[in-house]
Amino acid sequence: MNMEWMAWTLPTAIFFIVIFLIVTAMTIWQTVSPSVGRRGFLPLTTTPGDRLFIGLICAAFIHIAWIGLTDLSLWIVFPLAVAWVIVVMIWG
Amino acid sequence: MNKWENNRAWLLTIPVLIIVAFSAIIPLMTVVNYSVQDIFGPGQRIFVGTEMFRSVLHDYRLRDALWRQFLFSGLVLLIEMPLGVLIALAMPKKGWSVSLALVVLALPLLIPWNTIGTIWMIFTRPDIGLFGATINNVLGIPFDHTASPIDAWITLMLMEVWHWTPLVALLAYAGLRAIPDVYYQAAKIDGASPWATFRYIQLPKMRGVLTIALLLRFMDSFLIYAEPFVLTGGGPGNSTTFLSIYLVKLAVGQFDLGTAAAFSLIYFLIVEVLCFLFYQALQNVGKGANP
Repeated sequence: MNMEWMAWTLPTAIFFIVIFLIVTAMTIWQTVSPSVGRRGFLPLTTTPGDRLFIGLICAAFIHIAWIGLTDLSLWIVFPLAVAWVIVVMIWG
Repeated sequence: MNKWENNRAWLLTIPVLIIVAFSAIIPLMTVVNYSVQDIFGPGQRIFVGTEMFRSVLHDYRLRDALWRQFLFSGLVLLIEMPLGVLIALAMPKKGWSVSLALVVLALPLLIPWNTIGTIWMIFTRPDIGLFGATINNVLGIPFDHTASPIDAWITLMLMEVWHWTPLVALLAYAGLRAIPDVYYQAAKIDGASPWATFRYIQLPKMRGVLTIALLLRFMDSFLIYAEPFVLTGGGPGNSTTFLSIYLVKLAVGQFDLGTAAAFSLIYFLIVEVLCFLFYQALQNVGKGANP
């Protein structure tokens, strides 16, 4: 199958594989022990899937803000974004 | 209840998943791939990392388009929501005139979007348009939506209000019809003024449909493309260049696929957040519908 039209690059491939693995892991987790919504520091009742979604969207905006406001490397903000996703997943 | 038996129903969603994969997910992944590269043609591309995002985020035209977009959506909501409620309150309550009013109101909603742009383009032309020629020649006020940014905005707002206020009015009317008569009887016994009836009976009872109308109108006006594209083409200058118009200029006009892809992703993220808030608000409306 010719995938040239999708213009793949190694970084985006890694990005999508990681997202795919996270979603698969969440699916298996959900199947093994179904989750119930609960209230954390976010102002709404969330399931782990909701929190993952919120965390990833926040991470995207953190990266965009970093690119927009600074000229520094993205690797500096990347751990912060990951930490934020984990914080939202656990206490959100 | 057997958990595994229930989960088998998920298999039925596979056709939808396949369709969504080909219509949305794979194109979106391609856009992500485009956004980190400079594309010259088929097979000719170089990886540029976050350069495209950097140039898009430092592009003042994009920021202008974003503020313009929020201004447009804000004005649309400020005008259409109260006007729609007023129309709904003024509509007949029984008899043949109800059907007539509903059909007349729904007419603008049935016209294809680019046709609406064409209708208003001709209608407001200063030389031959009924509206434009009347304003210019009879009233003597210079009005030309192709030359003056203010006139272009007025024309756009008129078109948008004419096109979409009926939706708000129809939703509000449906909300009003759903209020049982006993509430009005109770208000009458208490000697409530029309304003008090509106404030304490009609408005709270319309909360659900008005939330839906508000969010629908916000999302639609935020994604608007066809009508302003046909009416003004984003001009004069850039005064009515909204996000979607600017995006198409980048991607199709200049063939800057990388820049356009980075821009699309940022636009997509904004819309995604709005969709999420939309969904949450709707959930809450569903819960609080019958307090």
